[in-house]
Amino acid sequence: MNLLGLVRVNIFRNKRRSILTVMSVMVALFLFATLRTVITSFQAAVDFADVNRLVARNKISLIFPLPLAYREQIAAVEGVTGVSYGNWFGGTYIDEKNFFAQFAVDPETYFTLYPEFIVPEDQLNTFKRERNSCIVGEGLANQYGWKVGDVVPLKGTIFPGDWEFVIRGIYNGGTDDTVDKRQLFFHWSYLDERNFMGQGNVGFYIVQTRDAQLAPRVSQAIDARFANSATETYTETEAAFQLGFISMMGNVQFAVNLIGFAVVVAIILVAMNTMMMAARERISELAIMKILGFTDGAVVTMVASEAMLIALIGGGLGCLIARVLFEQTGFTMGGFFPSFIVRETTIVQGLLISALLGGLSALWPAVQAARLREAEALRHLS
Amino acid sequence: MQAQREEAGVNLVELKQVTKVYYRDDFEVPVLQKIDLEVSRGGFLGVMGPSGSGKTTILNLIGGIDVATSGQVIVDGQDLGKLNRRQLAEYRARHVGFIFQLYNLIPVLTAFQNVELPLLLHKLSKSERAERAMTALGIVGLADRAQHFPRQLSGGQEQRVAIARAIVADPTLLLADEPTGDLDAKSAADILTLIERLNREFEKTIILVTHDPHAAARAHEVVHLDKGVLTHAPAPVG
Repeated sequence: MNLLGLVRVNIFRNKRRSILTVMSVMVALFLFATLRTVITSFQAAVDFADVNRLVARNKISLIFPLPLAYREQIAAVEGVTGVSYGNWFGGTYIDEKNFFAQFAVDPETYFTLYPEFIVPEDQLNTFKRERNSCIVGEGLANQYGWKVGDVVPLKGTIFPGDWEFVIRGIYNGGTDDTVDKRQLFFHWSYLDERNFMGQGNVGFYIVQTRDAQLAPRVSQAIDARFANSATETYTETEAAFQLGFISMMGNVQFAVNLIGFAVVVAIILVAMNTMMMAARERISELAIMKILGFTDGAVVTMVASEAMLIALIGGGLGCLIARVLFEQTGFTMGGFFPSFIVRETTIVQGLLISALLGGLSALWPAVQAARLREAEALRHLS
Repeated sequence: MQAQREEAGVNLVELKQVTKVYYRDDFEVPVLQKIDLEVSRGGFLGVMGPSGSGKTTILNLIGGIDVATSGQVIVDGQDLGKLNRRQLAEYRARHVGFIFQLYNLIPVLTAFQNVELPLLLHKLSKSERAERAMTALGIVGLADRAQHFPRQLSGGQEQRVAIARAIVADPTLLLADEPTGDLDAKSAADILTLIERLNREFEKTIILVTHDPHAAARAHEVVHLDKGVLTHAPAPVG
């Protein structure tokens, strides 16, 4: 036995209480990890954005289109190295609760501007050749059991009618966990030819610049080109564009943070109280140890270590369970969060919170243990 | 330290004009009044007196658990009044073995682990600690109960484990505060026999605080304490 052995023995002296304390910390940190992941998932789209990509949309609103004719003019702007375009489709797959993003895109250029979407070359080539084909994300393929060659039927909402697409490619994101693997892309021309609301219009342009530093200048140049025209543009970085979506939801992040903080703190206070009670019960034993010759520092270290260890075990388990659970179940909150992954930074934050919880729990008992005078302790023991 | 020991000579413990006053709120509670006491090396001293007479306080001062208000407490040439808290903790770890009335074993540790506990303060390997702990348990006759928890032992056995813990680090001095106070007559006699043996065979210097005249009879010399004042009495014939 050594001091660590003593710590271990004391943690398991009351197994039921220790297990319940670990579980309460585990629940608190599971909640923390989940709520933090809601926030980081909001951020994922922003994190995915490339510094060299801009998004040009109708200045009035994203729901209004832009002429396809703008493509050549945008491509001619100094600093632009690539242009693609697309439309949000917004159809329904079988049931409204099967939500996932669908875009009609230019097959020749879109995946060049988005190298993050990794598609086998042969699949991409087939997709380019076949007008009624589509490329789907790996997340969708796994969820619905789709394979290359399967037909995906969609019911149009914005663009009415029944639409069918043949899967010719499945993309993944490689090691980039910000890639949304739950999207479907099909030919813009297939949408355009069946679009009874008017042809030759796109929802947005994706513009690649030579250098991120050029972004402000290129944005202004594009918007200046179409200023005072019938259809003015508003061009911004991809990150700013994604942030715009998030801000549409109001201060959801603040609300989630606030509620999450309150819940986690409530649970943590209970766990702290339990740990403090456990430490207080052992004042007699700490007194014996001091009489035997253990220093104040040794006793304080032991008390603090026990609380810290329980907190870290509970916190580690909570974060780990959150990570594994959401990863293994492919949880996306009905498609609202395409990429719901508990990040390493969240786990580290969780462990730090656990350590803080352990330290705070141990603080009062440790102070008491340090202040315990041997003569007083002996009277207490008698 | 060695020079001080040589200077100390035959006395291991010396109290010189020791006074102890406790302060409770605004009240002064004098407990010991100008005590002079000597305990020879290898000696066995009994301290008797009514409750509140200051017997435990004398043990606390000699054991480095408390500090005298005035006077000197010198153990093996070392004036304990000159030591800080950390040094007193080290002094207790190296030089003093405590035996309490209520055993004060750690309930979640086995007998072996309880006895091993003081050795964690010494630079010993795991195997050295194990050997010493088992030796100590062997001396008190409980080597076969090493893996039992205190709740699985009788009162007498618990006290023997406590004695093993007190001697495992080979201390200079054993301080026993009513070691038989919670035991039946047979167990008490066994414990006193064991304590006598530690003094006789292992030459441990022992100070025994007791109410029990039978316990005091085992000592070589007995002193009486009453209201903080020390008197001496010759050891009873027995």
